[in-house]
Amino acid sequence: MKHSPFGFVASSSKTLAGTCLLAGLVVIALAAPVISPNDPWDMVGRPFTPPLSDGFLLGSDTLGRDILSGIIHGSRVSLFVGLAATVAALAIGLVVGGVAGFFSGRVDNALMRLTEIFQTIPSFVLAIMLVAVFQPSLASTITAIAVVSWPPIARLARAEFLAKRNLEYVSAAVSAGRPGWDIALREILPNALPPIIVMASLGVATAILLESAISFLGLGDPNLASWGYMIGVGRTVIRQAWWMSVFPGLAIMVAVLAINLLGEGLNDAISPSQRGGAKA
Amino acid sequence: MGKRMFSALVGVALLAMSSSASLAQAADQRLSMAINPEPATLILGLNLQAPTQTIGGKIYEGLIVFDKALDPQPSLAESWEISADGKTYTFNLQENVKWHDGAPFSSADVAFSLGTMLPQTHPIARTTLAVIDTIETPDDDTVVITLKNPFNAFLTALAMNTAPMMPKHIYEGTDYAANPANETPIGTGPFKLKEWKKGEYILLERNSDYWQADRPHLDEILFRVIPDEAARSIALENGDVQVTSFSDIEYVDVERFRSNDNFEVTYEGYEFFSPLMWIEINHRVGPLGDKRYRQALMYALDRNFIADAIWFGSAKPATGPISSTMKYYSADVPEYPYDPAKAEQLLDEMGLTPDASGVRHRVKLLGLPYGTTFVRTGEYIKQALSKVGIEVTLESVDRGTWAQRVAAWDYELTLDFVYQLGHPAIGIHRTYSSSNIRNVLFSNTMGYSNPEVDTLFDEATVETDQARLQETYTKAQQVLVDDVPLAWLIEIKFPTIHAKTVEGLVTTAHGVNGSFADVQIAE
Repeated sequence: MKHSPFGFVASSSKTLAGTCLLAGLVVIALAAPVISPNDPWDMVGRPFTPPLSDGFLLGSDTLGRDILSGIIHGSRVSLFVGLAATVAALAIGLVVGGVAGFFSGRVDNALMRLTEIFQTIPSFVLAIMLVAVFQPSLASTITAIAVVSWPPIARLARAEFLAKRNLEYVSAAVSAGRPGWDIALREILPNALPPIIVMASLGVATAILLESAISFLGLGDPNLASWGYMIGVGRTVIRQAWWMSVFPGLAIMVAVLAINLLGEGLNDAISPSQRGGAKA
Repeated sequence: MGKRMFSALVGVALLAMSSSASLAQAADQRLSMAINPEPATLILGLNLQAPTQTIGGKIYEGLIVFDKALDPQPSLAESWEISADGKTYTFNLQENVKWHDGAPFSSADVAFSLGTMLPQTHPIARTTLAVIDTIETPDDDTVVITLKNPFNAFLTALAMNTAPMMPKHIYEGTDYAANPANETPIGTGPFKLKEWKKGEYILLERNSDYWQADRPHLDEILFRVIPDEAARSIALENGDVQVTSFSDIEYVDVERFRSNDNFEVTYEGYEFFSPLMWIEINHRVGPLGDKRYRQALMYALDRNFIADAIWFGSAKPATGPISSTMKYYSADVPEYPYDPAKAEQLLDEMGLTPDASGVRHRVKLLGLPYGTTFVRTGEYIKQALSKVGIEVTLESVDRGTWAQRVAAWDYELTLDFVYQLGHPAIGIHRTYSSSNIRNVLFSNTMGYSNPEVDTLFDEATVETDQARLQETYTKAQQVLVDDVPLAWLIEIKFPTIHAKTVEGLVTTAHGVNGSFADVQIAE
């Protein structure tokens, strides 16, 4: 890419906004133990303390736990799950899609039918079922999200490999006698990667939402405070204490927005046709 | 996405309500009540789940019913005599009692139920009725039961839910569980099944041949199946149901109904159950077998906080193995006030000293999958124990897995709540008797064994003098509370919430599981 990273970030206002928001979240997540006023599980005050009370900027929950501390620590869970699940989904999707696209024919057929099986099952229901079967834990949440998120990546990877395998530089590599795996990895993959990266970056946002939904239903890791879990706790008392659900909800919104802005910015930067289209 | 699913559920529930709402004006005296979950069957002789008891309790009756002080009162037995040695019980049955199909109820049905059917089909009767030696029926209205040995909880074993009377002419010689008549329950109770629309409602109608004159007052009872908590709350608020019970309404919402002049909230009517919640401790796991560790758990937990902040007042701190709502309860036992320093001192004595990260011991707590209140309780325990250096890992599992793991002794700590079933000999001995260490749920799965407790319980079972019985149970409670076989947390106080117009709802220790023969709706 001809742009420097700084040039990319500054390339549009939404990219800039997304990058700033996300960077802020990452800093908060990394510094959570230092900047958080309390342990998110610690019952430090009276239950049902409203926001802006003494010692509770965002109020306390039904057990007297600090909402602000919960949100700060929750950022670690959300970002980690979002990233880890997406990396896992990317790995599965690239292998399946790449192999299918590169070899085409029967291999392609078999792998794509397998992919379709996953695509026809409602992803949220499948994710919940997987978590329930594996017992709720951080690993099972990540696994479940990865398992339901890889098919679109696989399809895109396959399309990219299919489109590129007959291009001239690939043919040239074939006539030079280079082995297939080498061509796939060193010629096709680097060129196929940009659109896949864009899709994956948007996938992080989806993964965060999925994690929140799973935790909201009480199927998250019981030892980790996440935003979805906090909303789940606050749901039952939303008539009495709106702040228990609203603030973690806003946190989810900000995180998803930041990643989407950044993802779209990436997309604009990577695909010149769309960039040109947007300007026209 | 979760929110969307939730509102879809509410929508389905509302739809279910509106489709049955058209029935609402059909009868003059009609009561509607929320039920959850939908019972699998209404045959009380085959199934003991809470909703089966609530609805089956209107259809079937036992020989005895218990008042709120847990003293026996007549039901199908008009009166009874107990021989001086406590071994022979003579029951005089009510006259002119008929089954819902018109067949007369007689001593033969009693002999069949107690002697043949229930010992094979009923989870509690299987144990309690094993004490019966012979059953004689000198005439249609008299039953003479001789026990192998005195058993002072025997009358408690003859209530509507511990031994419902089942019709001999329908069940004799059949495969009880597969009998086609199980679709149409036949009892002697004040109400009979009219219609069951699966997933929506169960409608009972008045039994006009009921043996009590001028009873019941109600023409119909409609049980609406409403699986969602929020939808039940709304249904009660806008009058679609007039009664909710047990954990139908979120505990945090109870206050709203209490402050509403149109509703009445009562905690009475659960005396027979007297649910007691505790942390069950697996004595086979390392230091958990040490009494000091278990006492430390008691000191480290603020039971008042659990009752007030997590259960929103629908609970009361427990003091020992017998609830304060039960007979033979004694407050004269060692106390465990909230005292984390004392807990740490006990752990120090055991040699469980903090490591570099301040952790003395790591332990797993298996959560009870019965909804958010239990989840919050588990989270509180984790947090409170971390203050004294015990690091708790929460394990959350589904109901089937929970039951399977507890029965298999495959846990370290677990939350549990257990019904005390009207008498310590039926509902409490089972948890602490070393003879009951079995791979069965609600037995002594923790593996606690104390010969002194065993002896006291054995004495209590056969003691016929009430004063001496109280003494024995007081002693047993003192020994147990000192030993802390498990960490008692709270006595759960289920709220029954009903419209003020509903009268005579909770008259016995069985509460909403009672017959409802006396219930009426004020104009």
